[in-house]
Amino acid sequence: MNQILRLAFFAFIVRPLMMIVLGTNVRRSELLPTSGPAIIVANHNSHLDVFALMNVLGLKRLQIVRPVAAADYFMTRRLRRWFATRIVGIIPIDRSKMRREKGKHPLDPISEVLDANGIVLLFPEGTRGEPETMDEFQSGVAHIARRHPDIPITPVFMHGLGKALPKGEALLVPFFCDMFVGKPLDSQLKKRELMNQLSSSMDELAAELPMEAWS
Amino acid sequence: MNHLAWEVRVTLISIFALLATSNCMLFIKMRYYSGTNDTLIRHRIRTWWALAAIFSLALCISSQGGVVFFGFISFLALKEFLSMSPTRRADRRVLFYAYLSIVPQYYFASTDNYQMFLVFIPVIMFAWLPTRMWMIGQGDGFQNAAGTLLWALMITVYSLSHTAYLLTLPLEQHISNGPLGAIAIRSHHPGPGLLIFLILMAETNDIFQYAFGKAFGKTQVSPTIAPGKTYLGLIGGIISTTCLAGVVGPLITPMDLANSFIAGFMIACVGFAGELCICALKRDLKIKNFGATLPGHGGVLDRVGNLVFSAPLFFHFIHYCYHQ
Repeated sequence: MNQILRLAFFAFIVRPLMMIVLGTNVRRSELLPTSGPAIIVANHNSHLDVFALMNVLGLKRLQIVRPVAAADYFMTRRLRRWFATRIVGIIPIDRSKMRREKGKHPLDPISEVLDANGIVLLFPEGTRGEPETMDEFQSGVAHIARRHPDIPITPVFMHGLGKALPKGEALLVPFFCDMFVGKPLDSQLKKRELMNQLSSSMDELAAELPMEAWS
Repeated sequence: MNHLAWEVRVTLISIFALLATSNCMLFIKMRYYSGTNDTLIRHRIRTWWALAAIFSLALCISSQGGVVFFGFISFLALKEFLSMSPTRRADRRVLFYAYLSIVPQYYFASTDNYQMFLVFIPVIMFAWLPTRMWMIGQGDGFQNAAGTLLWALMITVYSLSHTAYLLTLPLEQHISNGPLGAIAIRSHHPGPGLLIFLILMAETNDIFQYAFGKAFGKTQVSPTIAPGKTYLGLIGGIISTTCLAGVVGPLITPMDLANSFIAGFMIACVGFAGELCICALKRDLKIKNFGATLPGHGGVLDRVGNLVFSAPLFFHFIHYCYHQ
């Protein structure tokens, strides 16, 4: 029942929204992973980012796609919690807890999804922050890479949705969403090198954008 | 379907026949001259099929269907424009009003409200959008933001909405050429014929220009803006479009031979000017095309560039000559 609801939401609400009202402009979509296990990292500007990415991945892959999201934000109110876990299908991670508790590592839920051949969406900025500006990436992705050294990490640079629906705004204004997919990162690298590779790859993708920053 | 004269139906069918022919030619070319990359042209023809199908379907339902079709085209074009141009974060609300203005503008077109149609964007929106902008209270970049937004509205909404108004424009009734049965429909519903004439001329002009330019073109019209456009291509395009207009015009529109020639000549010249204007815009924004909405063509704005000046001009030409 829940799966049907989720599929219907993505087919009849997210897809028309992304195709007609907003519109996505994907470069090199062939670099996106076609099957799990895989990790996609993207910069974060808006709540719509996750819908745009899931829409581009397609309804066929919807079952295995799980975005990582902040438990301290999405798991608070009842309706929000239901929507986030049941419809969007998030993996809730508490941003404040960084240590093992009761023998369970905070990243364990992500590992479980990856072990079950899932595609995990990760926004390593950790927050939407200022729209259309990239914050520093958190190193959580490097920890996941260390746990799963053979799973590809695909970087995706996203632009435009921060203008359409930035943090703290309720009015949706139509804008195109640009999505530039990069080559998978080398997940065998050490933490520092992996983070450097990630940010340089993101900077390269961002440089494809002809426009100056949004001010 | 009663609002479509049989000449108009024949024209629509011949457009599909032409598309089918180009598909066949491409198929033969791919079969016998393999090795060249035809992906772009294949996508382009496929998109033409989709556009022609949706357009004909909208037109077959009713004239209002055509109005909705062009309203949607305006929306897509405005979205492309605003996504590609630099805008200010503070102006999000103002941009929302710009999108909203599509609805009344096309409503005035569909209800034949000539006065409101003419003043809504160049007078009312011209005053309201900058007013809403100063209310936000950010002076930095005001000139650029207001200029960009009003220019965007003019080319993507105001200009293009003239195509839709052609569908509902009432014309004088004493027209007496063509076979007897057709006169009634054609003079009661001249809109679809006029619209198809405009679009057919604008698009075939592109094709003629391309063909003549490829075959004979040497000197570029504007090497810095559009290196592909040549003088011989331009002249060849204008001459062939004018000739074609002389054939098609008297058949599907209320225009006589002389006016058809004039209209064809105008659409060809001004269509070229509009096209180059969009090219200059793309140079300025440092982009190759406005997105990927239409596979093989780029964005919607890349396709309708030849209509931005020719649609209002042709509309007012018809209004001046034939309005009741």
